[in-house]
Amino acid sequence: MMEFFTSSTFQTVLSALNSGFLKTLQLFFITLLGALPLGLIISFGSMSRFPPLRWVTRTFVWIIRGTPLVLQIIALFYIPGTKKWFYWPSGETGRMIAVCVAFIINYACYFSEIYRGGIQGVPKGQQEAGQVLGMTKLQIFRHITLLQMIKRIVPPMSNEVITLVKDTSLARVIALQEVIWMGESFMKGNSGIAGLVWPLFFTAVYYLIFSGVVTVLLGKLEKKMEFFQ
Amino acid sequence: MAVLDVHHIEKHFGPTRVLEDISFDLEQGQALAIIGSSGSGKTTLLRCLNFLEKPDKGVISVNGNVIFDAADPATQRESEVRKKRLHFGMVFQSFNLFPQYTALKNVTLAKELLFQERPEFKANKKAILEEIQEEGRELLAKMGLSERANHYPSQLSGGQQQRVAIARALALHPDILCFDEPTSALDPELTGEVLKVIRGLAEQKTTMIIVTHEMAFARDVADDVIFMDEGVIVEKGPAREVIEHPREERTRQFLSRYAES
Repeated sequence: MMEFFTSSTFQTVLSALNSGFLKTLQLFFITLLGALPLGLIISFGSMSRFPPLRWVTRTFVWIIRGTPLVLQIIALFYIPGTKKWFYWPSGETGRMIAVCVAFIINYACYFSEIYRGGIQGVPKGQQEAGQVLGMTKLQIFRHITLLQMIKRIVPPMSNEVITLVKDTSLARVIALQEVIWMGESFMKGNSGIAGLVWPLFFTAVYYLIFSGVVTVLLGKLEKKMEFFQ
Repeated sequence: MAVLDVHHIEKHFGPTRVLEDISFDLEQGQALAIIGSSGSGKTTLLRCLNFLEKPDKGVISVNGNVIFDAADPATQRESEVRKKRLHFGMVFQSFNLFPQYTALKNVTLAKELLFQERPEFKANKKAILEEIQEEGRELLAKMGLSERANHYPSQLSGGQQQRVAIARALALHPDILCFDEPTSALDPELTGEVLKVIRGLAEQKTTMIIVTHEMAFARDVADDVIFMDEGVIVEKGPAREVIEHPREERTRQFLSRYAES
């Protein structure tokens, strides 16, 4: 058994999976970085008092949430070039950029609905209590509603973030060399190794560890806000 | 001179007229009770005074200065409305305490924010904040809540929460303290402690407007009573007189329904 873990095959596979997982991580963090703020902007659009903006935003959110992410990735990656609108940079860079854009848009739409629930979930009386105490709108947001919003948002957000950990594997559909793609490559042939099935299933270990860490961290954040109701 | 002068206030929600030709005044140190059935416009009237609703018609003056005139947009500027609100304190039916802050912080937060805007704040930050804290503690002590200063609202009973809310409203020294059915959301056994606090404020000649369903309380604590029905003032006068010997038929009917229950 020990011989297996020290064998050159295992070492080759492991370093390939590691480099694939690095891309998975990249995609994960770039998506969060882009989708968290973009989602807030979209949520404001979907709550706008200007009806046309509200309709446009809500229709957009409906389309994005109502169609598969895989389809959105394929469309975003292939259509612009096929139609000669513009070309993504060649190779892995282009694939990574395209996939990040698709993920950010998709997740921002999901996040926007979570934000909307969080914002509308804070009772109106909280704002009024701030108003009658002479607070400005900004003070009310910063000192009163923001934290109550965050508290409401964290549990549904955790769900989405854990889904995102696994959704990153969808990038495989345009051959981004993330961890699943790497695992699969040893079935077909990579670095002189072919016909290996275990590397693909070994990728599950990466996902389990990563989602475990994410779950613990978000659980801590949730716990931190238990001091009030 | 009256502290508060309300002139011909009218308010519609869409096509529904909720307040019609409301006029009354209030002297320094007086307690005014507003009674009437649900939907009679009592709460809307309080909300108009606190700029939570905008009357369609009418004028509101405090200490002889017009603070709101429906016909004059200059009196309705958002930047000034903020300061004008401070003439009034508001105690809500559902308390509306800030759940993420302790009882003490609930009382002091608004004052801290207000003082932060002053030029001298930076230089004496520590002393000013300590003074606000001290005052907050005193107010909570007055409400019988010294032991609860560091509790969060969810750790307090409804009656205690409402007393914190009263302290919070008093912290900014309003000219007129408004109560919107302060005991309606409380279990019957908890209304007493809140009414006792309000009674104490009345004895200290705090100028107050109390919207209430507690008739005996209104009779004993208020100087004057206004009875409202369908958005109009039907009857007003000295509290004991209106509640014990109402002149209007509608007042009589309303009060007799209370006597039965």
